[in-house]
Amino acid sequence: MRFGFFAKEALRALRRNAVPSFAAMATVLVTVLMLGVFIPVVQATTGAANEVRSRVLVDVYLKATATDADAERVKVLLEKTPSAGKVEYISKEAAYQAEKKRLPQYYKLLGKNPLPDTFRVTPERPDDIGKIKGHLTPVSPSGGRTTIDAAIGEVREHEENSSKILSATRVVKLTTGLLAALLVVASVLLVANTIRLSLYARRREIEVMKLVGATDWFIRWPFVLEGVLVGAIGGLFAVALLAIVKFALLDPLRSDFTLLAATQTMNFGVLMAILLGAAIAVSGLGSGLSLRRFLRV
Amino acid sequence: MAATERHVRRLHRSRDDGARTAPQPVPATQAAAAPVSSPIAPAAPVIEFDDVSKHYGTGNVGLDGASFTIHPGEFVFLVGSTGSGKSTIMRLLIKEYEPTAGRIAVAGRDLSQIKRKQVPHYRRNIGMVFQDFKLLPNRTVTDNVAYALQVTGSGRREIREKVPDILRLTGLSTKLHNYPDQLSGGEQQRVAVARAFVNHPPLLLADEPTGNLDPETSIGIMQLLYRINRTGTTVVVATHDHNMVDRMRRRVIEVSKGRVIRDEKVGSYRVQDESTREFGALLRGQDA
Repeated sequence: MRFGFFAKEALRALRRNAVPSFAAMATVLVTVLMLGVFIPVVQATTGAANEVRSRVLVDVYLKATATDADAERVKVLLEKTPSAGKVEYISKEAAYQAEKKRLPQYYKLLGKNPLPDTFRVTPERPDDIGKIKGHLTPVSPSGGRTTIDAAIGEVREHEENSSKILSATRVVKLTTGLLAALLVVASVLLVANTIRLSLYARRREIEVMKLVGATDWFIRWPFVLEGVLVGAIGGLFAVALLAIVKFALLDPLRSDFTLLAATQTMNFGVLMAILLGAAIAVSGLGSGLSLRRFLRV
Repeated sequence: MAATERHVRRLHRSRDDGARTAPQPVPATQAAAAPVSSPIAPAAPVIEFDDVSKHYGTGNVGLDGASFTIHPGEFVFLVGSTGSGKSTIMRLLIKEYEPTAGRIAVAGRDLSQIKRKQVPHYRRNIGMVFQDFKLLPNRTVTDNVAYALQVTGSGRREIREKVPDILRLTGLSTKLHNYPDQLSGGEQQRVAVARAFVNHPPLLLADEPTGNLDPETSIGIMQLLYRINRTGTTVVVATHDHNMVDRMRRRVIEVSKGRVIRDEKVGSYRVQDESTREFGALLRGQDA
């Protein structure tokens, strides 16, 4: 029953203080818009970086003469290798079928299977790849590289330039993460400041309410509701704009740009819900908390 | 304490019942309680200042050992030049400030015992009128007065009944839906008085209520306050207008540099039940 009164008060305040309310709303709108663009971009880049990193693998090729018993022995050996994660066995037949599907013309010419049995080792952390490779190919007394087991023909990093990828992606992840954090902090400060200003303009009103005998919460609720409304309206406009841009501009281009097609970005609906919720919470709480110093009459 | 509060509550109720018929004739119990007609002062005063001092952080002295007592139903002028301590007394009474030393009691209740959380509830029992009106600028006249009722949790029906009544009493029936900035100073002060009195508080404080108004408008406001006083409400008016106060033959408490230098007690003033018109004539300086 109280709620009706507070809601009416909030609406009245919005109407009567149109300019500051509009400023607060615009701030929320711009901030949500910025975050709405930036968060998927960060996610897409870190996603792309992670994808590249997950492709860092060690391929262990067995010799053509290796028997099933050899393969079994090597498998145990690989699984015991420190910092090795998943060990996947690809038989020569499986490899042949896969490659044949990929490049049918060439494999038709070949006739017989030239591929060896392969173990694909995924390191637990991409950065450990060097360690694994070193362990599997210890330095022999003569100075060259030998393999840890006689049945292993060759050990090769799947991506030869994995070290470059690793350092590049690390930088990308770090900078985007830092930027995102800064942007979130800046947005909260911006919204809080706008709310403060609009409250400052109305501190006299608050003083009068207190003198008439209004309790703190009686004064506060309309302000909190007003903040929630400002956050909701600003947030909704921003979400609407983002949705228009996404569905009208980005989705048609998706097939042409791999970054846009990156699968690891958050679901659009979830992201929008979170942004809207955050906009409402920040402006609602912001109004309620900023009010505190004006309530000391 | 209990006696006064019961007394006050009874008054309150009796006035609520008759809220539709504007100013009530003073009830019999009230007449008996009025200090003039009874040589023995009633047991529990509305306001008690006991050696109260207020020093501000800057070293200024707001009040210096002030003591006085105001009884139910009195109409008291608080006089003094600017900075003498009038406003400090008012602000101490609504617990906007805490005294540095001494004891203040309102309706027998020691103000230092009221916790911060209870202050709003305490203030609802005191009507307050200010020199600068202190109206809410973005509300109509009706809504400004209604706010004082909404604060106490009054229902919509009660508000619809009480607000037009009090506005008629204060002569604002034609301005119900105007905003404060569309009213003259006198009208704004009438709205402020209506707001202060709509809860029928047992005590009404007015801090320089006519300070911003021309003489004729001021008389109107003072008459309004007098009419409120005649319903049994204790009224304290702070003013710097010596001449006017001297003509009124009411109790006058004069403060200067934070000290009470004059407090004319009961005996020195005349019968109090003059009409509002006679009261106005006194204000104008004509002999009634």
